[in-house]
Amino acid sequence: MTKKSNQSRLYVPEPPFRPGDTPDYSHISVPADHSPPRPDPLCDDHETVEHATSLIRVLRFNGEAVGDWAPSLTADQKRKGLRDMMMTRAMDDRMFNMQRQGKMSFYMKSRGEEAVSVAHSMALRKDDMTFPTYRQQGILINRGASIKEMMCQCLSNAGDRLQGKSIPVLYSFRDFGFFSVSGNLGTQMIQAVGWGMAEAYKDSDGIASAFTGEGATAEGDFHYALNFASTYRAPVILNVVNNQWAISSFQGIAAGEGETFAARGSGFGLATLRVDGNDFLAVYAATEWAAERARKGGGATLIEHFTYRKEGHSTSDDPTKYRPENEPEVWPFGDPIDRLKTHLIQSGEWDEERHVAQEEECKVEIRQIYKEAEKMGTLSSATNVNDFTMFEQVYEELPGHLQAQIEAFKEEL
Amino acid sequence: MARMNMIEAIRDAMDIKMTQDSNVLVFGEDVGYFGGVFRATAGLQEKHGLHRCFDTPISEGGIVGIAIGMAANGLRPVAEIQFADYIYPGYDQIASEAARLRYRSNGEFSAPLTIRTPVGGGIYGGTTHSQSPEALFTHIAGLKTVIPSNPYDAKGMLITAIEDNDPVLFLEPKRLYNGPFYGDPHIPSVSWAKHELGEVPEGHYKVPFESVRKINEGSDLTILAYGTMVWVAEAAAKEAGVNADILDLRSLLPLDIEAISESVKKTGRCLILHEATRTSGFGAELSAQVAEACFFSLEAPIVRVTGWDTPYPHAQEWAYFPGPKRVMNGIRKVMGDS
Ligand SMILES: Cc1ncc(C[n+]2csc(CCOP(=O)(O)OP(=O)(O)O)c2C)c(N)n1
Repeated sequence: MTKKSNQSRLYVPEPPFRPGDTPDYSHISVPADHSPPRPDPLCDDHETVEHATSLIRVLRFNGEAVGDWAPSLTADQKRKGLRDMMMTRAMDDRMFNMQRQGKMSFYMKSRGEEAVSVAHSMALRKDDMTFPTYRQQGILINRGASIKEMMCQCLSNAGDRLQGKSIPVLYSFRDFGFFSVSGNLGTQMIQAVGWGMAEAYKDSDGIASAFTGEGATAEGDFHYALNFASTYRAPVILNVVNNQWAISSFQGIAAGEGETFAARGSGFGLATLRVDGNDFLAVYAATEWAAERARKGGGATLIEHFTYRKEGHSTSDDPTKYRPENEPEVWPFGDPIDRLKTHLIQSGEWDEERHVAQEEECKVEIRQIYKEAEKMGTLSSATNVNDFTMFEQVYEELPGHLQAQIEAFKEEL
Repeated sequence: MARMNMIEAIRDAMDIKMTQDSNVLVFGEDVGYFGGVFRATAGLQEKHGLHRCFDTPISEGGIVGIAIGMAANGLRPVAEIQFADYIYPGYDQIASEAARLRYRSNGEFSAPLTIRTPVGGGIYGGTTHSQSPEALFTHIAGLKTVIPSNPYDAKGMLITAIEDNDPVLFLEPKRLYNGPFYGDPHIPSVSWAKHELGEVPEGHYKVPFESVRKINEGSDLTILAYGTMVWVAEAAAKEAGVNADILDLRSLLPLDIEAISESVKKTGRCLILHEATRTSGFGAELSAQVAEACFFSLEAPIVRVTGWDTPYPHAQEWAYFPGPKRVMNGIRKVMGDS
């Protein structure tokens, strides 16, 4: 930022475009093939300083995979990644529509960010604990959690493993390495560091991987996490998903205007990577690198996934009220599903017909699973969740005062 | 049996648990090599190793945050917050995370951690080393808040806390570390070595939380107190010449309301003491619960004796502290003598 006068004036950042503007992102350079080199995962953290300000990319828009970050994935693995992303999107679409029909209180989509969750998950071991936000449902789909159970959680019905205790998308799937998602932003980064420290203490080679949006990096917990991860060389990956928007606030409001979010890690002596989050292969490669570093004792890596939130924040907001309607289309990094699809077709491992068929298949499968889930109840009909379960799991054992409150509640019935 | 002050009793509890269970880790600011500013962890690093007892950054939110992650991952962390006055940066992690994790995951994850922290005044600590924030924690569903008043209870309750499968906030009345304190700073302090509650059994034993300790059996009135005020209550009742049921609550949440109401129904009078500020203090909760449970047995309005609704002052330490005089006034009031 250049200084305009010799007097301080309060500066309030504003996004480059608001509704009514014609968004033009030609000033954002999309690097074609000058990704920073891939250092040894156990390198000195200083060797990744450059990686915090550039962008790791593997996929060119023509589908070619280039550079030394290109991961060695089989065609089957890539096709699974593609399908998991498509399933995630199909599920998001279905659930969004069902929320609109009043079947659930709320929903949050991850459209445009599917590579971040699916490719990341694929590059981890299944027993590595992830501490996701509400936008990494792709991890569950990739790891094979029951989609029906996910849906039942959103519907808060009899099939909800959480028995209606949490709002939609705040899943908990311990057996799938998916930590209970908190509704309080940022809090889980530091918990993941503690989880990782415990893994190291137990001489296990398990690692933890935590997520935050770029907006919530402004919370103190983010700073705690970087600090503790560095101090104790915790085996963790700290992921910032920079999807440009935090509800209606652009990333500049979280001090993203002058510096990248990955660069936050350099001052703490963490390895730092900044990756094209719409590039499935690059997300996979960055995660694989950071996971190896953490597992082998090299400590934590901060990864910024540079991406774009293509839809509203949740079912509760209308994004056209704060950003141009066509901004998602003109955002210059494309769509993660399209880009992996192009790559697979270009390398002769996929074709347009199969893609269209798979799209339909995902839609049908999701519709069928949803039908089954809905049979167990919805918020608008009957959730079929026993009200008395609200008194359970406050503590391991029911204390006297809650027992008394159960009796009091019975009198209301 | 061994003679211990409260610090030694607390250290002994941690030492025993660390010896028994390799999942017990102890950490906090200056806790490792140095052994803590109150020496509660002295020697633990040397005995159990750097991995078991270590220093943390000055980051209360971070300390509680890693404790949650560790606890969820099978460890039994015992975190020290140097003074309760500095617990607020960790408040969100305690209130929104540690206390909620079991509930929001419907039991899939939990946070069996213990947070130890010194509370209360009487050491000229001023605004920032004297606070008693218990009421900010008893309002949190999913958390347990306990406070011992002597070495015997401190050791037994800390072992209970570490073994508890839910998060426990363990408040340590710092004025009691070296000996009982009867509220008058001009009387030379006695040490725990001279008091029977400084007799602490060796080895493992537990004091259950929901179990008030009766200090004196009386019929004139019931005095509810915890932490330092237990001792002030004892001295003031003696001086006032009343025969009081004095109950040391030990645990604020969960609360042994049965024992409390049994006593109040017997005496018909209830005096509530705490060092913390008055408005919305834990005394308000006690008062409400006693009124709900014992209203028709009460012969006089419930009386609260507390700190003033000001920050904890420095030079005016004893003007702030609810010492024997204020407690005696309270006794007279609840006895209908004034
Ligand atoms: C501590 C806290 N403050 C505020 C909120 C309300 N809130 C929910 S999501 C959100 C925006 C988060 O943006 P970002 O971190 O960028 O993540 P994204 O939604 O873009 O994935 C806000 C302000 C919250 N849930 N928790």
